[in-house]
Amino acid sequence: MTAYILRRLLQALPVFIGSTFLIYAMVFAIPGDPILRMFGDRTPTDATLAALQAKYHLDQPFLVRYLLYMGDVFRGDLGTTFQGQSVNEILMRTFPNTLRLAILAVAIDLVVGVTVGLVAGLRKGKIFDNVTLLIGLVLISMPVFVLAFVAQWFFGIQLGIFRATVGPGAPWGDLILPAIVLAALNFAFTMRLTRASVIETNAQDFVRMAYGKGLRSERVVPVHILRNSLIPVTTNIAANFGILIVGATVTEGIFNVPGVGNELFKAINRHDSPEVVSIVTVLVIIYVLVNLGIDLLYGVLDPRIRYVKK
Amino acid sequence: MAIAALALAGCAGTGGGGGATTGIVTVSSNEPENPLIPANTNEVGGGLILNNIMSGLVYYNADGSVELDDAASIESDDNQNWTITLRDGLKFSDGTPVTAESYVKAWQWGASDPENLNQWWFGYAIPFAGFSDDGGDDTLALNVVDDKTFTVELAQPQADFSLALGYTVFFPLPDSFYDDPAAFGESPIGNGPYKVAEDGWIHDESITLEPNPEYTGPRTAQNGGVKMVFYATQEAAYADLLSDNLDIIQQVPSNALGTYKDDLGDRAVDQPAAIFQSFTMQGELPHFGYDEEGTLRRAAISHAINREEITDVIFQGTRTPATDFTSPVIDGYSTDIEGADVLTYDPEKAVELWNEANAISPWDGQFGLAYNADGGHQEWVDATVNSIKNVLGIDAVGVPYPDFAGLRTEVNNSTITSAFRTGWQFDYPGMYNILGALYLSGSGSNDAHYDNPDYDALIAQGAQAGSVDEANDYFHQAEALLFRDLPAIPLWYGAVNAGYSTAVDNVQYGWDSWPILYKVTKEG
Repeated sequence: MTAYILRRLLQALPVFIGSTFLIYAMVFAIPGDPILRMFGDRTPTDATLAALQAKYHLDQPFLVRYLLYMGDVFRGDLGTTFQGQSVNEILMRTFPNTLRLAILAVAIDLVVGVTVGLVAGLRKGKIFDNVTLLIGLVLISMPVFVLAFVAQWFFGIQLGIFRATVGPGAPWGDLILPAIVLAALNFAFTMRLTRASVIETNAQDFVRMAYGKGLRSERVVPVHILRNSLIPVTTNIAANFGILIVGATVTEGIFNVPGVGNELFKAINRHDSPEVVSIVTVLVIIYVLVNLGIDLLYGVLDPRIRYVKK
Repeated sequence: MAIAALALAGCAGTGGGGGATTGIVTVSSNEPENPLIPANTNEVGGGLILNNIMSGLVYYNADGSVELDDAASIESDDNQNWTITLRDGLKFSDGTPVTAESYVKAWQWGASDPENLNQWWFGYAIPFAGFSDDGGDDTLALNVVDDKTFTVELAQPQADFSLALGYTVFFPLPDSFYDDPAAFGESPIGNGPYKVAEDGWIHDESITLEPNPEYTGPRTAQNGGVKMVFYATQEAAYADLLSDNLDIIQQVPSNALGTYKDDLGDRAVDQPAAIFQSFTMQGELPHFGYDEEGTLRRAAISHAINREEITDVIFQGTRTPATDFTSPVIDGYSTDIEGADVLTYDPEKAVELWNEANAISPWDGQFGLAYNADGGHQEWVDATVNSIKNVLGIDAVGVPYPDFAGLRTEVNNSTITSAFRTGWQFDYPGMYNILGALYLSGSGSNDAHYDNPDYDALIAQGAQAGSVDEANDYFHQAEALLFRDLPAIPLWYGAVNAGYSTAVDNVQYGWDSWPILYKVTKEG
């Protein structure tokens, strides 16, 4: 088991180097000089242009810039933005907010999606099943910004139940509304997967056996049906968590969440290559780790697919 | 002289510190893009902070008129050698005195290093004697006479020198700045009506300012402090305004321009801004050179644009069709400059001029208008080229660039092969700011590559004139040349479309589009 985890972690290294190189090359390939952007319609003097290009290594060839950057990264320094802020600090500041938003969204998705899916699966074809199917379809076909704007306008501005945007310090309470929006996007998947899985498990021999030996449904449903139905749902939710923690740019923008997605969006607009590359690289690493976590989770939930040494 | 009037207005205000009300005013803004140092701040997020925690020699009223702030007088006999005297009792928020040296050293530092984003100001926006593009220590011809007096020598006379002195780059710095400029950029110390509250700057979230008890000038804070909240989108700020989580916004998002006056009632603000929008054709563009053919074609294009309709339909009346090369809030703005009728929509005249040009050299190809696709310009560019296409019967298209940096790079390298959108937001409310920067031959920002000795001479005469009014006469004559040659095609002026909540009173927006925060009152 340890050897397996170690090998998976080692595999992350080429992914890391490859992704930084690709991202660095892509940011490099965006046409336009970020220094000129800083001056708007004014044009800096040649001396200023040269001095700033040298300061940010923009006058160096691509490979030199990449190696300079990687040298810093291996020393634990993710670089500084054009503003002179350390990218390490930016990530430490923004990532916790995105993480908390993702945890909240996944929790809402899990509780509501699994509950609704379970009930719908147990009452297949009944009115509850059909109504929730319809709601799921509506939510899944709505673009995120529509859902986010409508939720903000209705719950934030008209009813005033939630704060329209996330306030100072991003308290948990303010994160609930954007988390609901993010959860709603995945709700249909969770609900339908749970439902299908519950229906399948419900027809299995061991469930009939459980009922047959006189167990009451309060025991059979959570222990026998639900646990065995949750494997595909877990993968789906964990994958969604992986997507959410690398930043929900649109939702974070609308609700002004001071998170990673928001920061990345601003950095791309500034052509801030050190910041863009560093943030994306860290996100790639996180994504790789989350996927490793998902694979290990399989084994915990289902001993039959636990990793065995050959 | 105008300067005498300035000196009269320069009586010190009444006591600093807390004002009439105690509430903390919240206002939408952006995270500063650069360290908070005057010589390095050239964008609005940092600029709004510095303007409130620092004071210059002068400040601007809402209408753009100038009042003395730190200065007791700004005097010159020849507009070239200036003597500046400071008021008594000026202090930075750390208690150290503001002296002539605080100003002189700050300006020398700003001009010393080409890495400073505003270094060019000391040589190009205002021509200081001794300035060098490459920087260097103490190059400017500034001289400290005593604690309260210093002199400035300019490379050439500049009538509106005192008008420019309210700009960010001319703020003084305390001694502690030079020990560690980087640390200062994180927690700046100023001499303005406010100071940054302890731990007040939470990056990417907000910055809180509190009244500066050391401030004794005319801009005394009338509230208990200001909190600038940073928003990634204007939509989010507007949602917070509507739900009473925010007091003042700086700009209504474009999707609410049609409804914000209904949403806000008499709390909606719509006033002209010091923003001039245009598009520019470089002199090298085929068929559009500064010769007879090019001049005819430039005028034909200008006559072919229906500015009234585009500002009404696309901008819902929030832009005003241009009548000159400045802005309605700039001293010297005019609607009747000779040749300004080239801005009227006149399809017949346009076709006539275009055909005259065709007689010199037949038209071929396509008229392109380049814009950056990330700035919400597509709608008006499409409307403008359609207007040109329909009137002149030629192929005209918008040419999108992915972003602003890409567009500016091609303009700067003169590799652009079409017309391109240009704009100017004034740094100080004087005509020289735009006329000197954009159309003087050899000026760095002369994107049009306009080169006209007569124009240069008129601008020089205006700069040397005895008063701002006299100067503006020369500038108007220079504008008449611009209308003849059209290095840029004026389109319209920008506007301040903003608003505020029911919790605040006395909200005014200045000529520079910024809310005048020290005047705002809010009950605690």
